[in-house]
Amino acid sequence: MSRLGWLRFGVLAGSIGALEILCRSGAIKRLVMIPPSEMALELWKILLSGKANHDMVQTFTCVAAALALAVLAGFFIGLALHALPRLRAAVNPLLGSWYAVPFFVFYPLLVAVFGLTMLPVIVIAFLFAVVTMVINTLNGLDRVPRVLDKVARAHRMGPFATLLRLKLPAAAPNLFTGVKLAVAYSFIGVIASEFILASSGLGYAIAYAYNNFDNRTMYALMLFVLGFVTTINMLLYMWEGRMMRRRQGR
Amino acid sequence: MDEVHAELSGVTRVYPAHAGQPEVHALGPVDLQLRRGEFFSVVGPSGCGKSTLLELLAGLALPTSGRIGFEGREVRGEVPDGVGVVFQEDASFPWLTVWDNVAFGLRVAEARTAEMQQRVADAIAFMGLKDFSKAYPAQLSGGMRQRVCIARTLVQRPRLILLDEPFGSLDAQTRLLMGDELLRLWRETGATVLLITHALDEAAMLSDRVGALSARPGRFIDMIDTNWPRERDSRIAADAAFGAITARLWTSLRGESLKALGRSMAALA
Repeated sequence: MSRLGWLRFGVLAGSIGALEILCRSGAIKRLVMIPPSEMALELWKILLSGKANHDMVQTFTCVAAALALAVLAGFFIGLALHALPRLRAAVNPLLGSWYAVPFFVFYPLLVAVFGLTMLPVIVIAFLFAVVTMVINTLNGLDRVPRVLDKVARAHRMGPFATLLRLKLPAAAPNLFTGVKLAVAYSFIGVIASEFILASSGLGYAIAYAYNNFDNRTMYALMLFVLGFVTTINMLLYMWEGRMMRRRQGR
Repeated sequence: MDEVHAELSGVTRVYPAHAGQPEVHALGPVDLQLRRGEFFSVVGPSGCGKSTLLELLAGLALPTSGRIGFEGREVRGEVPDGVGVVFQEDASFPWLTVWDNVAFGLRVAEARTAEMQQRVADAIAFMGLKDFSKAYPAQLSGGMRQRVCIARTLVQRPRLILLDEPFGSLDAQTRLLMGDELLRLWRETGATVLLITHALDEAAMLSDRVGALSARPGRFIDMIDTNWPRERDSRIAADAAFGAITARLWTSLRGESLKALGRSMAALA
C-alpha cells in the first residue's frame, strides 16, 4: 500500500476509533448511536441468521436491474443524441435540469401503474441513473479526436467498426465515469424508494427497524449498505486507475 | 521511374457557404502527376490547401471538379487499397500497446495471425520500436508516437504513402532524424511518397521534386526537380545545391506567404 493509502486507512481507522470511544463513554447516547464494534457484531449475527437475505436479494436485484437498464439506455440515447445534433440541441435543457426534478413525486403514479412490486423502485432508480450515463456518453464521444475519423476512413472501416474499434475505446474513460455514477445513483434510487414505500428490501428493513427503535438492526444494516457500496466503488476506482495509468503512461 | 502512379487533373475544391460564412475556394485548379517511386513534397503558405490536396488524393474528400486517379483508377471519396496516410496529429491509440497499434489495420482487414505477427514484427523493427512493443503511447515521446503511426501505415505495405506534416509537432533535431527515417523507408519500400510540409528545408532535403502552392486558392506556382541521388540523408543539407533549392522555394513563396498573412490579419481586424 502507498503512503497515501496508509494515510487514508489511518484517517478511517481513527474516525471509527473516535466514534467507538464517544459511544462507549456516553458522549453519544446509545439511543442515538451504538458503538461501531456492536454494529459489526450485530451485522455478523444478521448475516449468519439469514434473516435479511430476502431483503438483500431484493435490493441487489433492483439495483442490478436499474443499473443495467440505465447503462444500456443511457449509452444508446447518448449515441443517438451525438449522431443527431438538432435533437441534442432540443433535449439539452431537459438533460441540464434533469436532477432538479424530484422523481419521488412520481412514486404514487408508478405504484398505481405497476402495483406495489419491485418495478416502481427500479423505475425511480433508473430515472436517477440514466441521465448521468447519457451525459457521460456524450462527453466521451465529444472528446474523441477528429483525426480518428480520418484514421478509420484510411483503414476503410465502416461506421459500426469505427464505433466499436475506435470511438468507444477512445471514449472509454468517460463511459466508465458514467457507469461509476450510475452505480451510485442506482443504489441511492433503490434504497431511498424502499424507505418511502415498499414492503421489503434493505431500505424498507432499515426504516422498519428505525420505526421500532431497533437501533442495533438499523445500524447493522446501514453498515452493510455503506460497506457494500464503498467496496463496489473502491473496485471501480481501482479498475479505472489501472485503465488510466496505461493511457497516461504512469 | 516515369510511370504515372497518381494524378490530379484540373482538380478544385470549394467549400460551400456554411453558417453565415462565405464560400471558400480552397484549392485549384491543380494538375499533378506523381511518378511511381518518387518522393514528392508540397509546400505553400498557411491555408493554401496543402492538406486539402492530400485529402483529395487520399480519397478522404471529394473534389468540386476535376479528376483524381491512382494506378489508373479514379479516386472518389474512398481511400483506395494501396494508399496509406499519416496525419499531423498524434493518431496513436492510447488504449493499445505499440504492438497492437501497429497490428490495428491488419486486424481490421482480418489478416491471418501468422502473417500478421511477421508483418507487425517487421514494421516495428523497421521503425526502431522493438524495445517498446509492449509500451503504451503515453510512455513514448512525440517522435516515437509518430513512428508508431508510420509503422501502422507501413505494415499495410502501401504503394502510395501520403504524409500530412507528420513532423510538424516535433523539435528541429528530431525532425531531421525522422526525415532520415522517412528517406530510408522510401528507399527500402519503393513506395511513392507525397509529403505535405510547411518547412522549406525539409522539402528541399527529402524530395525528388517539390511543388510550391500559391496562397488560397492553392495552385502550383513552381515545380523544382532537386536531382538528389536516391541514396541520401540529412547531411545533404551541407550541399550547395540545398541552399539554392531552399532559396528558390522561398523566392517563389515569399509573396504568397505575405498575401496569406495579409488575409489572416484582415480577418482578425
